[in-house]
Formats: sequence, structure tokens, C-alpha cells
Amino acid sequence: MALVEERMHEIGSDEWSGGASVGDFFELLKPRVMSLVIFTALVGIVLAPGGVHPLLGAVALLAIAVGAGASGALNMWYDADIDRVMSRTAGRPIPSGRVTPEEALSFGLVLAVLSVFTLGVALNWAAAALLAFTIFFYAVVYTMWLKRSTPQNIVIGGAAGAFPPMIGWAAVTGDVSLASVVLFLIIFLWTPPHFWALALVKSDDYARAGIPMMPIVAGNASTRRQIVVYSVIFALIGLAPWALGFGGMVYGVTAGVLGAIFVGLSVDILRTGDGPHARKVSMRLFLFSIFHLFALFAVLLGERLATILAG
Amino acid sequence: MVDEVMRDDEIELTPAQQRKRRNRNIAIGLALAGLVVLFYLVTIVKLGVNVLNRPL
Repeated sequence: MALVEERMHEIGSDEWSGGASVGDFFELLKPRVMSLVIFTALVGIVLAPGGVHPLLGAVALLAIAVGAGASGALNMWYDADIDRVMSRTAGRPIPSGRVTPEEALSFGLVLAVLSVFTLGVALNWAAAALLAFTIFFYAVVYTMWLKRSTPQNIVIGGAAGAFPPMIGWAAVTGDVSLASVVLFLIIFLWTPPHFWALALVKSDDYARAGIPMMPIVAGNASTRRQIVVYSVIFALIGLAPWALGFGGMVYGVTAGVLGAIFVGLSVDILRTGDGPHARKVSMRLFLFSIFHLFALFAVLLGERLATILAG
Repeated sequence: MVDEVMRDDEIELTPAQQRKRRNRNIAIGLALAGLVVLFYLVTIVKLGVNVLNRPL
């Protein structure tokens, strides 16, 4: 409790704007991040062997989405001080004074407990434990510890964003298998090049907030080299579902082509250096990475649905 | 006396704040009602045909 009180003092808990709208609370859930969580968790649920009743599948998806939203709200509660000084985040509900830190903290905690309990009761407690661990990992390990202390923040913290397909899989089967670990690894290895491409563009913002992102600590040149290394590993792991047999030929070709483009774009970043087009080239990789991840999971989903429909 | 003190401490909400509070209350009400329906449906699905399998 001492931590909570200390934090409330630091982020100024006595501000009250006169009441938040329902939309402000919805914004605390980080809906854009949540949409990726819902999609990847859905792929985990559909790919898992055995299948699940559609209603229970929908409940699992809802619980995972709300759990992700809860960690988003807890993240916004703790990060209100740095969100205030970054242009990208200054308009969020707490820094702009529309939601008080107390409201955000309570909201996040209630949703976290509710989502874990619902997943445990409706599906199974292995999946619920994974969801609880994910919320803890994002809100405590990443937000409170790693984010402000190490340039490896998003490398390790990326695990939180990579768990949803594994939770979806566990909701159906009750355990963790090699295939679900591969789905985890795809997102885990995608995260560093994705965020560092953005960090290269927004490094001033991060520096102002005192967040030790890789370009600030190790420099742009080192970050670019690391982006290339992670891109190559990500492109290779992207082929794993095909190699292991739970991704078909369409997936294999898609992963191969997109992986090659991804590596090509990361090499472009390395070649361009700090030149006049640096910003454009980085943003190109950042935007492509979102499409890339979505496409890999969409093809896995499409192939599985086609198999189910074919009987 | 007590009432007067409490009235002095009360925060008077503007119409906009009152509207937001009303919308928040409606949203909480709908969420709770949705949870009740959800848990009812989950119970039915999990019981399945076993609900008929009992001594009469």
C-alpha cells in the first residue's frame, strides 16, 4: 500500500476534472493494443486441438481482452507522470485530467481480478494462471521495473504481448504445447524490431521522459544493427509453424515472402543511417511490421478455418 | 447541524458532469447484467445434457 500512496503523491492524485465519461474508461483499456491481443488470442483458440464450445471460446476471448485492458489501465496509472511529458501520450485520460489516478487503479485492479476469475471458472485454471501472470508481467515487471531501468525493456517486456495466443490455446487444451510456444515466440521476436523502428523516430520523446530506449542508451547505429539481427531471427521463426506442420503451404509461402521483405526493410534502415530519409525508412518498417504480424496470424487462422469447413 | 455541514462539503455537479455520471452508472449496470447472463449461459453450456442425468 505504501507504494500505491507514494505513487499517488508523485502523479498528483488530488486533481479531479468532474467525472470521466464511459469513453475515457474505455480508452484506459488501450483498445488498439487490445485489438491485436483479441486477434492473436482468437488464433490460439482456433488452432488448439480438440476445439471448444463457441460460447466458451467467446468467453475466453472476452476474458483475455479484458485482462489485457486491465494491464493497460494499470500501465496508464503508473506511467501518468511520463505520459504527461511525451507528445504521443499526453492526451491520455490521466495526464489530460479526465480520469483520476485512483479511478484508473481501481478500474484496472477490478478488471484484472474479474477477467482471471471468469477465465478460470468458465474455461480452466491453467489459462487463468497464465492470464494472471501476463497481467502481472506487464503491469509490474515491465511497467514498474524494466521500462525505466534498462534498454532491454521492450525485449523482455515484449513477452507480455506475446502471451495471448498461448492463453487462448491453454483455454482450450488446459496446457502449453510446442505450437503455442512458437506462436508466443513469433510475437516475442517481432516486438524489438517493431518498437525500435518507432523508437528511432520518437527518440526525442522518450529522452524527454527519461525512458532508456535502445537508441538513447546504445545509439541509433547500434539499434539499427540489432533491428537487423532480430529481423532475421523473426523471419526464421515465422517459418516454424510451417516446418512443424500446423501451418500449411499458403502460410509457408506468406511467411517466407513477408520475412524476406521485413529483413530487406531492416537492412534499408541500416543502410540509410542518419540520412535524410531515416525517419521515412524507420516508419516504413514500423508500419509493415504491424501488417506482417497480422498477416501471419490471419493466414494461420484462414488455413485452420478452411480445414474445419472442408470437414 | 450535521446536514448543514454535509451540504457545505457537497460538490455541486454541472449538468455535463451529471450526464457523465448517469452514463457511467448505466454502463456499470449493463456490464453487471451482461455478466449475470454470461455466467448463466456458461453454466448451461458446461452442464450440457448432464443436467437431465439425475435421480428423479
